Parts: sequence; C-alpha cells; structure tokens
Amino acid sequence: MAPEDMSAEMPLGTLPLDAWHRSHGGKMVPFAGYEMPIQYSGDTISHGGGIVAEHTWTRESASLFDVSHMGQLALKDADNDPGSAARALEKLLPGLITNLKPGKMRYSFLLTEAGGVIDDLMVANTGPHLALVVNGACKWDDIAHLREHLPDEITLTHFDDFALLALQGPKAGEVLESLIPGTGALTFMTAGLFEWAIDGETVHLWISRAGYTGEDGFEISIHQSKVEVLANALVADDRVNPAGLGARDSLRLEAGLPLYGHDLDLNTDPVTADLSFALSKKRREAGGYFGHQAIAARLADAEAGALARRRVGLTIEGRMPAREGAEVYSGDTKIGHVTSGGFSPTLGHPIAMAYVDSAYAAEGTQLDIAVRSKRLPATVSPMPFVPHRYFRGS
Amino acid sequence: MPRYFTDEHEWIDVEDDIATVGITDYAQEQLGDIVFVELPAIGTMLDKGGDAAVVESVKAASDVYAPITGEVAEGNGMLEDDPALVNSSPEEDGWFFRMTVSDKAELEGLMDEAAYKEFVAGL
Repeated sequence: MAPEDMSAEMPLGTLPLDAWHRSHGGKMVPFAGYEMPIQYSGDTISHGGGIVAEHTWTRESASLFDVSHMGQLALKDADNDPGSAARALEKLLPGLITNLKPGKMRYSFLLTEAGGVIDDLMVANTGPHLALVVNGACKWDDIAHLREHLPDEITLTHFDDFALLALQGPKAGEVLESLIPGTGALTFMTAGLFEWAIDGETVHLWISRAGYTGEDGFEISIHQSKVEVLANALVADDRVNPAGLGARDSLRLEAGLPLYGHDLDLNTDPVTADLSFALSKKRREAGGYFGHQAIAARLADAEAGALARRRVGLTIEGRMPAREGAEVYSGDTKIGHVTSGGFSPTLGHPIAMAYVDSAYAAEGTQLDIAVRSKRLPATVSPMPFVPHRYFRGS
Repeated sequence: MPRYFTDEHEWIDVEDDIATVGITDYAQEQLGDIVFVELPAIGTMLDKGGDAAVVESVKAASDVYAPITGEVAEGNGMLEDDPALVNSSPEEDGWFFRMTVSDKAELEGLMDEAAYKEFVAGL
C-alpha cells in the first residue's frame, strides 16, 4: 500500500495552535508551508474523529477549523482613510471596493494583465483600514504583488502574529453568541470588532460571518497569544468539535467553492472559472484594473456563447471517485479535465469540478471521466452540490 | 494458518495453494474513511510487488500491491456495497481478494506478525 505522497518543501512552519492540535489527536501533514491537522482522533473528539465524521458534524452541528496559515493583511493610508486604500486596491482587482461600507466584505481576485487569477481573496472594510484574507500558499507572492503595485503612501501590514479560526456549521451562530454576545447579529459577509472578556482581560477579536464550507459560520481573527484560550472555550461547548483539512476540502467541494492552485490559477480567468458573480457590474464597464481588457473579452465571449472552456460541476455514477487530473470525455473526444474531485459524504456518491469545452458545459450533459482503465459516467450538474445555508438575517 | 505481512502494509493468509490478501489495521488507520475499493478481475495475473487493487479514501487513492505472484481467484464482493468494512474489519471481513500461490518461496521474504509489529512500531 502506498499512500499519496504528502511531502512538501522544507522547512515547514508551525501554527500557533500546533501543540493544541497534537493534544487533540490531530494528524499533522504539510500544507501551504505549515504542518496542519488533516483530521483528528481520540478521546477529546465526541464524534470519534475522521474526515467523514468531521464533515457530517460540520453539516449538523459546528466545527472548529484552524486556518491560521492564511495571510491576514491590512491596507491603509497615513490618515486612516480606507477610501484611498480602496481606490488603490481597485486598480488590482475587479470588485467594487470604494463603495464597501464599514463592516461589509467582498470576495474578489488579484489578477494579472492577462486576466489570470493570482489569488482569490476576501476584502473587508474595518473602518480605519481594509482587511484582506488571502490563501496561505499564495500569501508571499500576494504581498510582493501588492507592494509592487500599490502606491508608497498605502501601508501594507501583514498580521503574521494573528491566528485565524473558522467556526462553521448550523449551530455556529448560537455557540458564538453564547460565548461572545453580539456576534449573532452579524449576517453573511459582514464583520465587526468584538471584545471578549476572559481571565480578567479584554481580548479584541475581528469576526466575520463567512467561511468555506457552505454552512453558516464565522472566521475569527485573534492574537496568537490568546488563540489557545479561545479554541479551548469553543470546544468546551458540546456542540463543537475540531475538524481538519480533509473535511474542509470535502465540504468546500460540496459547496462548489474553488480551491486556488487546483480550480483556479494564473492560466484561468474568473469568467472561465464561472465566478462572474464577483465581477462588479459597474467595474466591468468602467475598467481601470489589471486584466480588465481580458475579462471584458471573456465576458463578451460568454455572452456570444463563444467561451473556450468553463468550470462545471460533475455528478458521478457509482462509488469510484475521480481525482484532480482525470480526463473528461464526450464519447471518444477528450473535452476537459477534473481539477477537484472526491466522494461526497453528504450525497453518498462522488462529485467533481472540471474545466470542459463550453460546448459541453450545459447542465445535464452526459460525459465520461477516465479513471485508470475505467470510464465513469458523469452528468454536468449545478453547483453548489449541497445547498448553501448562509445566515442572511432572521 | 500462517499469516504474512509486507512492508507496504498488506497481509496475506495462505491455506493450501490459495492466499487471501488484505490491508492491515495500521494501513486502514492511515488511509481514513474508505469509500471505494477497486478489485482485480478474476483471472488477472499478478506479479509480486505489482499493482493489484486501488483503495480510495475520502482524501486520496492508494495502490495495493500483490504480495506474491499468482492469479486472482476471487474478489470480496461485500466491499462493493460496504467499502467501510476495510475500516471496521481490515484483517478479517474486509479482505480484498484471493489468489493462487505460484511460488511458495516468495512467502519466505515476507514478515511474520511479530516482525510486522516491530516494523510498524519503528515508523
């Protein structure tokens, strides 16, 4: 038996919660330059642990994910005017940032001149500055890109002494409200600064109601010196168990959310990636950002039905999963490849994301995926595969 | 019935001229939740150390190698409906396939249970 090679470039960093993960039975693997828990096991895990149990618990209750590998950045000018930072950032991405009100956040992309995706990211207006959360594996390149292209008067701060915890699941709202009153009033894609009184101290938390599982939930930014206290307080609630990278990946796949480096990369533009929802209408016309020409051309292609290829969801018959790299066929013609694939614990069958020739991208199109010597029948399916359950207000 | 082990974490039971092959408890633990097992067709000729089966966990696909040379005689049909048997009973009900034993001498190069335990303890 030969498990997949998980090795990565050395040396690996350790997360602020490294010892905590190990004491909770976390199985550590290299990811994005860090040793990270892929799954948990042992007595402290009430559901018994493992990817499927962690996945199901997240869909039914609430799970705590450590996503401190991600890059937490802030942009501001000398006058603490997020307006000038927003105007500068808008030159690098296609989203409307200048109209982002304090406490609101938006999903966007850093783009090349050719429209290729350097990274996908979240941008929030905190009031005094813009807060960016970028992918862990891309953060150093993102920082270099931002520093190179932002004017000198915009200060870029990397909050590398802050941890990031994600609390995700239908019970996340009530759990966090009981621990940090007021957080329950946040709605999907809003954020705020909260105070948490613990051990006679007041800890400041930047909390956003968002995530990467398709469920309601939060991402909580906290200084690394306090993160263990917060993690302990969260898992002390019977409704919460820790969950690792394995469940994070199967959850986001069911939610139809792309993973940078797999479903998105420098050779892929947001239109081809079927993420045009994140291309603000006003800026599609006005332009003024890296990649606008290319994006406008792709949008025109899409309008004319002439887009070369497109990201689609595939529902696969049987139980055999198709993984990244598997070729997709229509009859004998190769028309694309899988970029993410696996078994869906919620649905009980395999699912995948693939890039296919757009002539074959319509929902219901019957295709085949080549896995080893077999052809797996697959159907182009709408994403998300499992409906999102974000909290948009009661 | 003697049981042998490979350093790729397969086990093999030999009774007369037929061997039963599966993966060890250590292996299933490393793989995590198993969702599919692709077994070799009956009649397939397997070479010692060559690809024999594929086990798919939620996370990844892993190859299972033939511990010895021989011909596939039977696959474990129960794994089709219930691949999680490999997690719950890896060294009994969750066996993968049965095969003929072409060359008994190949068994001598494999580990016995005590040697395998020591091998795993050193990983």
